[in-house]
Amino acid sequence: MFLIPDSIGRWFHRMASPPHFYALTEQLLPWLTALFWLFLLPGLYGGLVLAPPDYQQGDSYRIIYIHVPSAWMSLFVYVLMAVSGAIGLVWRIKLAEIVCISSAPVGASFTFIALVTGSLWGKPMWGTWWVWDARLTSELILLFLYLGVIGLYSAIDDKRAAAKAVAILALVGVVNIPIIHYSVEWWNTLHQGPTVTKLDKPSIHISMLVPLLLMAAAFKLYYLIALLQRARLELLQRERNAQWVKTLLKDN
Amino acid sequence: MDLQNFFAMGGYAFYVWTAYAICFIVLAVNLMLPIVRRKKLLRELALKQKRLG
Repeated sequence: MFLIPDSIGRWFHRMASPPHFYALTEQLLPWLTALFWLFLLPGLYGGLVLAPPDYQQGDSYRIIYIHVPSAWMSLFVYVLMAVSGAIGLVWRIKLAEIVCISSAPVGASFTFIALVTGSLWGKPMWGTWWVWDARLTSELILLFLYLGVIGLYSAIDDKRAAAKAVAILALVGVVNIPIIHYSVEWWNTLHQGPTVTKLDKPSIHISMLVPLLLMAAAFKLYYLIALLQRARLELLQRERNAQWVKTLLKDN
Repeated sequence: MDLQNFFAMGGYAFYVWTAYAICFIVLAVNLMLPIVRRKKLLRELALKQKRLG
């Protein structure tokens, strides 16, 4: 850590210490929850009520407001899981290991939602629940990667060794992320191309774009909240015999 | 806003509402599970501590 000034190193170390993290998350969670509703409710209202129906897809396109944010999050959470896994692997920071493993069930949920809502959108629009094309198949592989991480972690009793194994699996799986993202451009598929994340102007009207971005922000906040709740449980399980947990129990 | 039209979703009610229902059920369960488990763990640990000292 010779590149980082001492004071910052000390600050980081204190922030990442389990008792501090546990107390900090308790203070943060109500604020994050309030912020989450602040984005979710206008997002839902804008997407389901205010936005006009699509000129080709009618009202069925409204699935976009949960499908696209959860698909984005399925990729975002995976990258975050792999990065925190790598940090845990290199510096053996306990909190990084916990963020890594706590991300997996949340990411798996987002992936599952992206697949199911996509299927429910595909049936009326494409006429089929599922096709084995590049986008759908690589997203399904992402779900299996998440499930592999969860399974591997629970299969190894020594949680520090488990965290190492999981980090390596997560890092190897990162190759799938660009494949998912570019699948609609590299291969000819039934799945439509990107409408929002294009470098030039997004090909979506502002009245549809605003609720989509609100929902994306809400989903990101949900991830933070769910991640912190998972991390609190994981931390308590791992540190059940530590002095700070005993003090915490006494105070309650 | 006409509520009946809103729920009908232009004939796509089944697809749209099933998608939203599954989404929010999965997200809610995912959030409740760790909270319930942590509270249970805290109770168990507190009980153990009381017995020991």
